[in-house]
Amino acid sequence: MSALTLYDKVWRDHLVKDYEDGTSLLYIDRHLVQEVSSPQAFAGLIAQNRALRRPDAHVAVADHAVPTRNRARPLPDGLAARQVSRLQENATRFGIPYIPMRDRRHGIVHVIGPELGFTLPGATLVCGDSHTCTHGAFGALAFGIGASECECIFATQTLRQRKQKRMRVTLDGRLPAGVTVKDVILALIGTIGTGGGVGHAIEYAGEAVRALSMEERMTLCNMSIEAGSRVGMVAPDETTFAYLEGRPLAPRGAEWDAARAAWRALATDPDAVFDREVRLDVGALAPRISWGTTPEENLPITAAVPDPDAEPDPERRARMRRSLAYMGLEPGRRLDEIPIDRVFIGSCTNGRIEDLRLAARVVAGRSVAPTVQAIVVPGSAGVRLQAEAEGLDRIFRAAGFEWRESGCSMCVAMNDDRLAPGERCASTSNRNFEGRQGKGGRTHLMSPAMAAAAAIAGRLADVRSLA
Amino acid sequence: MQPFRSVTSVAAPLPEADLDTDIIFPARFLLLLDREGLGRHLFHERRHKADAPPFVLDRPPFDRARILVTGRNFGGGSSREQAVWALADFGIRVVLAESFGEIFHANCFRNGVLPIVLPAEDQARAMAAAGTGAPMTVDLESETIALPDGAILRFAIDPYRRRALLAGLDEIGAILADDAAAIDAFEARQRRTAPWLHLARDRLAFFDDLNRAPDGAEPESRAEAG
Ligand code: SF4
Repeated sequence: MSALTLYDKVWRDHLVKDYEDGTSLLYIDRHLVQEVSSPQAFAGLIAQNRALRRPDAHVAVADHAVPTRNRARPLPDGLAARQVSRLQENATRFGIPYIPMRDRRHGIVHVIGPELGFTLPGATLVCGDSHTCTHGAFGALAFGIGASECECIFATQTLRQRKQKRMRVTLDGRLPAGVTVKDVILALIGTIGTGGGVGHAIEYAGEAVRALSMEERMTLCNMSIEAGSRVGMVAPDETTFAYLEGRPLAPRGAEWDAARAAWRALATDPDAVFDREVRLDVGALAPRISWGTTPEENLPITAAVPDPDAEPDPERRARMRRSLAYMGLEPGRRLDEIPIDRVFIGSCTNGRIEDLRLAARVVAGRSVAPTVQAIVVPGSAGVRLQAEAEGLDRIFRAAGFEWRESGCSMCVAMNDDRLAPGERCASTSNRNFEGRQGKGGRTHLMSPAMAAAAAIAGRLADVRSLA
Repeated sequence: MQPFRSVTSVAAPLPEADLDTDIIFPARFLLLLDREGLGRHLFHERRHKADAPPFVLDRPPFDRARILVTGRNFGGGSSREQAVWALADFGIRVVLAESFGEIFHANCFRNGVLPIVLPAEDQARAMAAAGTGAPMTVDLESETIALPDGAILRFAIDPYRRRALLAGLDEIGAILADDAAAIDAFEARQRRTAPWLHLARDRLAFFDDLNRAPDGAEPESRAEAG
């Protein structure tokens, strides 16, 4: 048999059948259900009078629309309240576990899946959310789907798919001080572009990937979609097993041993061939900042705002002009001289415990600039409780940060955490699209350490220069 | 699903790259629970921009366009199917672009909207033709676009998706009718070879304590607010 990649192996293990036209029916083991993409899917199921095939394969949680303060009160927004209660009603009706927003297991779907051990190596996992690629950090084949596909999962536990091409991103070298995996993924997207991974399932490999913690691997895989790819995977190894062992939904005892043996065999065969190979030396990177309105528009913090007139391609030039106009920036201005109004530390990209530790280390003993309003939104209640046990909340509060409850919050601005028109935000989230953090809001993407540095400096700042 | 065969219509030119799903359908409207009637929020910010000329979809003859011609990487970003529902509700049945966000592209086919990838040169011709305001015809059966000047552009659609669109196929119904036995067999096999992928009752007991009190119910009183 010919050599296989990690992606090929998980695909093979979930193949229900191949159709004659080259598509395949793929079995889906797990489905995370949230409030935004599920109401129409449940409604479709009900309208067609169809049953839910496997209630034990789904977990429901509301993360996008929930407020991150005053959880003891009813939701202030009637539409959000209706959306959240609709999810609970549907979950109850179809017998799916529903995690309430005040529960200790609450959180962003992509943070709690791994925390609970719901996410496992070698599994297929989907969610009506594009950042489902996060779970690929465990060697799961995980990808975002639309609401109609959610309905298909509910009814059949399968999806008719065409296999992707395979792309390997090899990360060499060691991360320099002050540089994080967020800078790596921003650099990668800057190199291959937001369309660079379209049609491909990415596997991240190389010595730098092996050295990453699970939290870091999740940050890396999370932004695969910003590189155009629905799938970003890392082969499971001892780091993966150490993270998962003892998690509530992970296998135990003899089953754990059997699972671990199977997971070890998932690694890409040495002679497997990828359709595309990309290499990046992480040792040469600096902390990065996005300056435009697409994630590929990012540069090292030491750079200046680029000049569209120097761009030869007319479509790109027009794109850059639009970005700069929206962002209110002039070419040539140094990035580290741009003042900010808000700081958001959180999201499924950088709302995990290691992210908060990293930011707290920068913040400790310092104060948020008086012109800046800064919030920390832990990705889950579990992360929040862990951070509080470590005293991180006190560090953030003492510096002038607000300490919030878990949710998507200002990553997507569907609750009351949002930018006002023209406000500029240093954000650890994943998308700097127009209006993403609130109508007219301006987003600069960066690592938690860089966002913490920006909060202190009151402007975009190089965390390495903070003495 | 509504079948798709052929559409003849003026085509709205929207020559911008990277129009992501946040621009097509801003997140704050995602709180709506329905899939109908979303067309009024399509490109909301672009259509409600102060001191800007009217957005192309609000200008005759393009306000009745059923074809949209746009730039590279259309529909990237969020998986929100609302972006497609809004386009379809507005009346758009075909989108021509150099490339698409992958999830958006897949969502289109499930809603009777045809996303066509064209090479740069053809894209430029389609864009120029759209600008004239004269109608063009997109035919899925023959996989051709007839431009107003009579020129023909060819495109290719995945054969499965083409057939599904032409027939207005109910994919879920088809899987349930044709593949149920194969799915049963797969599950039985997987329970033997990788039992940990099936969450057994004892493991799920972890969730048994979840409180059943209403979460985020309608506020009964706003007395506390403010
Ligand atoms: S944190 Fe942001 S990117 Fe992640 S799931 Fe929530 S809204 Fe989506």
